[in-house]
Amino acid sequence: MSDSHGHPPHDHTQPHRHPPRPDTDDRLGHYQVMEIAVRELLIEKGIISPAEVQHAIEAMDARGEALGAKIVARAWTDHAFKARLMADGTEAVRDFGVDMGTTRLFVVENTPAVHNMIVCTLCSCYPRMVLGLPPDWYKSRNYRSRTAREPRAVLKEFGTVIPNDVAIRVHDSTADMRYLVLPQRPAGTDGWDAEKLAKLVSRDAMIGVALARNP
Amino acid sequence: MTARATANAAVPARFKPGDTVAVRRAYPPGHIRTPWYIRGHSGTVVHALGPFPNPEELAYNRPGLPAQPLYRVRFRQAVVWPDYAGNPADTLDIEIFQHWLEPAVR
Repeated sequence: MSDSHGHPPHDHTQPHRHPPRPDTDDRLGHYQVMEIAVRELLIEKGIISPAEVQHAIEAMDARGEALGAKIVARAWTDHAFKARLMADGTEAVRDFGVDMGTTRLFVVENTPAVHNMIVCTLCSCYPRMVLGLPPDWYKSRNYRSRTAREPRAVLKEFGTVIPNDVAIRVHDSTADMRYLVLPQRPAGTDGWDAEKLAKLVSRDAMIGVALARNP
Repeated sequence: MTARATANAAVPARFKPGDTVAVRRAYPPGHIRTPWYIRGHSGTVVHALGPFPNPEELAYNRPGLPAQPLYRVRFRQAVVWPDYAGNPADTLDIEIFQHWLEPAVR
């Protein structure tokens, strides 16, 4: 910044110390060591190959919320697809090349009377096949324990206030279903195509901690 | 392993949507997919999802057969948490395996 504004110049000639921030990746935890040991053993025994591990990581990284947003936007614009998605999510998302593996996709729809919200209180089950990796907060004990007990307080912390006359339906993802929230289509989007609508659909809206963005 | 592949080795379904069920109040050791907080509570079956290999067996690398019917059971928040502060219509939907459910006495 120029001195002409009258600020005292910041003197870089004086030593100016910050305490060093400790590295958090300087040692491996128990489960990280265990993962490496098991992976190396599986490779040594010829059960899996390094290329397969790499491929699985790349496939996981390639999935993200954009895929879920496309599915939601199509449901908003295509009644026949929406009916299929609600009846059997696993089958319907094959249109997008999604294979749910051994799990099944269960879609829950927000309406003016019901707001849905997803949690896995036991671990961190998440619809990775359509949303990619879960955010860290989804795996936190705070979110997992409080969502089942006080969903409205948790929603408020996300900036989402659901009127008290709208019922909140929390889904505890305890077994083989993976849940995707179909948010309400925002008002003022008449005539929009799916591509434009998809930009209004956030990851958080598909977990149910937020609403779709307004245009 | 898919539900379809194991359908012929499944326990017959005992409940249907609309049935009132109670979650067993049991605390066995092992890999249990029934949340602690819901044990002993009653709810209503909203979806019968078909048979799935039993996760309590799969966790120990056993086949998980016979497969157990899985249900989505709806509980009223106000019943589960007596001090619940939201809309009385707020609910919790939880997937629960049949061997954890009993017919509820109304």
